[in-house]
Amino acid sequence: MGDGALRGLLTLAVGLIAVAFPFIASGYHTYQGSQVLILAIALLGLNLLTGFNGQISLGHGAFFAVGGYGAAILMVKFGLPFWAAIPLASVVCFIAGFLFGFPALRFGGLYLALATFALAVATPQILSYTGFDPITGGSQGLSIPKPLAPLGLRLNPDQWLYLVCLACGAALYWAARNLARGRIGRALIAIRDQPIAAETMGVNAALYKTTCFGVSALYAGVAGGLSAIAVGFVSPDSFGLPLSLAFLVGIVVGGLASLGGVLFGALFIEFVPNLADQLSVSFGESAKALPGAIYGALLILVMAAMPTGVAGAARTAMAVIQRRLAPSREKELQHGGGPSVAANYEGKGESP
Amino acid sequence: MSAPILDVKGLEAWYGQARALRGIDFEVEDGGATAVLGANGAGKTTILRALSGLIRRSGDIRFRGRPIGALSTEDVARLGVAHVPDGRGTFIDLTVEENLRLGAYVRSDRQGVRKDFDRVFSFFPRLAERRRQQAGTLSGGEQQMLAIARALLMRPSLLMLDEPSFGLAPLVVAEIFRVLGEINRNEGVSLLIVEQNASLALDLADRAVLIETGQVALSGPSQAIRADDSVRRAYLGY
Amino acid sequence: MGEFLHQLASGVALGGVYAIMALALVMIYQATQLINFAQGEMAMFSTYFAWKLIDSGQPYWLAFFATVIASFIGGVVIERLIVRPFANAPVLASVIVFIGLSLIFNSLAGWLYGYSVQSFDSPFTGKPLFGAGYMSAHEAGSLIVTLAVLVLVYAFFRFTPLGLAMRAAAQNPVSSRLVGIRVGWMLAIGWGLAAAIGSVAGMMAAPIVYLDPNMMGGVLLYAFAGAVLGGIDNPFGAAIGGFAVGVLGNLVGAYVVGDEVKLSVALAIIIAVLVWRPSGLFGRRLVARV
Repeated sequence: MGDGALRGLLTLAVGLIAVAFPFIASGYHTYQGSQVLILAIALLGLNLLTGFNGQISLGHGAFFAVGGYGAAILMVKFGLPFWAAIPLASVVCFIAGFLFGFPALRFGGLYLALATFALAVATPQILSYTGFDPITGGSQGLSIPKPLAPLGLRLNPDQWLYLVCLACGAALYWAARNLARGRIGRALIAIRDQPIAAETMGVNAALYKTTCFGVSALYAGVAGGLSAIAVGFVSPDSFGLPLSLAFLVGIVVGGLASLGGVLFGALFIEFVPNLADQLSVSFGESAKALPGAIYGALLILVMAAMPTGVAGAARTAMAVIQRRLAPSREKELQHGGGPSVAANYEGKGESP
Repeated sequence: MSAPILDVKGLEAWYGQARALRGIDFEVEDGGATAVLGANGAGKTTILRALSGLIRRSGDIRFRGRPIGALSTEDVARLGVAHVPDGRGTFIDLTVEENLRLGAYVRSDRQGVRKDFDRVFSFFPRLAERRRQQAGTLSGGEQQMLAIARALLMRPSLLMLDEPSFGLAPLVVAEIFRVLGEINRNEGVSLLIVEQNASLALDLADRAVLIETGQVALSGPSQAIRADDSVRRAYLGY
Repeated sequence: MGEFLHQLASGVALGGVYAIMALALVMIYQATQLINFAQGEMAMFSTYFAWKLIDSGQPYWLAFFATVIASFIGGVVIERLIVRPFANAPVLASVIVFIGLSLIFNSLAGWLYGYSVQSFDSPFTGKPLFGAGYMSAHEAGSLIVTLAVLVLVYAFFRFTPLGLAMRAAAQNPVSSRLVGIRVGWMLAIGWGLAAAIGSVAGMMAAPIVYLDPNMMGGVLLYAFAGAVLGGIDNPFGAAIGGFAVGVLGNLVGAYVVGDEVKLSVALAIIIAVLVWRPSGLFGRRLVARV
């Protein structure tokens, strides 16, 4: 069985399970499934920006917030249906991200991390600013009614929401994959690894970088909008620094510059806090500390031992297995083609 | 004949994956001076970097009979090996005085340090004048003097210099080499000098080594090297 | 006028806390070209340590100095164990490691000390200074402590051999090695000092912002703004930047946008400076070598 056929079969299987899921799982699990998809969409965006293009963002929670609040305001204050509100809010996010990308060009990687860190810390305060209260609902936030399935489809709101998220997720994943594999993806990687050389080759780094920022903000915005309707309300406190850091954890654990890995990253950041909550029932309040400790330890360990994340490790394992099964085949075993995206993240370098 | 202060056998060195030295043998006599000659890119600077542990190296390197091939740069320095690198390596944001104090950083004999300060200022009066000036504002020649003075403040037994004459006016170079000669003859500081200016180096040194593409092409007493036809034509210009 | 002076004075006092945090950040940046995102959480953890000591009956100043020393040791250990292995890693990797460190400290504090807000008493009590009450006793005391830290650190780097060696190691590690300085340990000591300074910042901030695991997030942000404003490669510029941010934040908060969005002021400062004058007011202009 060929490599491509195997992968195709796997994708089909995963797809079938994904579609069947809301019909076989409970309402709560379906809701969790939606959350995982939502997080995966946000992680896709962040991965494009940070993994492929090397721009470190510690503040993507802010764009998630813009998407969430944007959709909420459009739905609650202006009465738009969700399928109009979310795209509109995402466009706003794209513009916001694109505009933020301009000053970001001036900063180096570290300063961008600093500026986006500041953005993440300041976001809840900005959202609860009393001056904006009439629109944002202040520190109480806004409540959003859950959208119902269109007439004719016998789905409960959870199932409908899940399928919407699945459709969005699949479409956005497909778009991201084409982006990453094509000319644009190579340009982004070139800009990340050798910015000056890329420029001399005619790549308009500034345009690519700001656009990439915009696109990644758009993804975060879509995710934010979907999250708003999934949860049913938005409030300032849900969009603080921990959210942005969780996104970072997600792409690191899943694998920087690995689009397939975002699913694993999303599962991770969805379920580790849940696990901790369950443990805190047995072990008391102090178990609340567990997610943070696990995130922190994992960030360090992954960087040290597995800089390419779970996806990279899986790829390596697959490669080892395939080499064992067919030693005579001299096939290039790089998933996704193009230059080695993981190369830039190896832990140690040699000093001359 | 006393044991050499520096004895190098089979020295190899790498920049990353590229091997720059392929088995170098030479020695520096205790109290003597050895010149390392060769064209640009032959590997002369690499030898000093390898001895100081700044790059990956292998081979049998002995200082006063003691193997130093596995020591870190700072440990080699603490043994009494002072390396004045190419580009001088002055701390340009610090004052002349601070640069010199750093040379004496590992020493604990305050009296000796004070005496050495006087000593280097007598060798290089211009440094005394510019004591409080920022090192980066000194001229090229003064920075070279500063670098050597700093090395001298380490009270080294072996002083390694990388192209001390580079980019300097002849008068300044003459001054510097005069001082080097003095400390070598009067104070017994052994010298290992990498130099492009072969004539100058051969005047100062008693032994010389000629390096070509990472290997020793010729070695021996400086008179012999100076008299060698190929050396004369290629490096001495007559 | 009285209100203005009050805002100004307490802005200066707060600014002192930001100034020394900014100093700690710049010290690490100068030595390693890295921004320590975990500085705030480390300071918070140190403050909890002090709180625990005081809670168990120790006199304040004993706890204070014990915390400073323990934080110094902690900083050295962290540099050797966690930071050093990533010395040659790309920037993103170090950012991730620092974020990881901050998450660990945050959780550790929550686990060991709980998540409820605690009060942290100031050692400075009594009548407000300067009669008219522009500054509370704690603010005055805090200002004196932070100024003392700045003076001590300046004196250390300027006049002691170790301080000189550390400056040299930060500026030119290769030449430092060539004169026998153990550059690795200089970095470790730098981290220790930064951690110690951070602990002082935390202990001075705690009576004002109250003690909980998330107390230092805002302080860290203001310190970043101060460091960027002053110049991230200039320690005393950064300290001045910290004072400026303290005063500016208070004044803008009181007269322009309202107290609750003071953090956005910090954000605005950071972005504005990075866009228009990245080297800060006192930093050196950097030229990228092609």
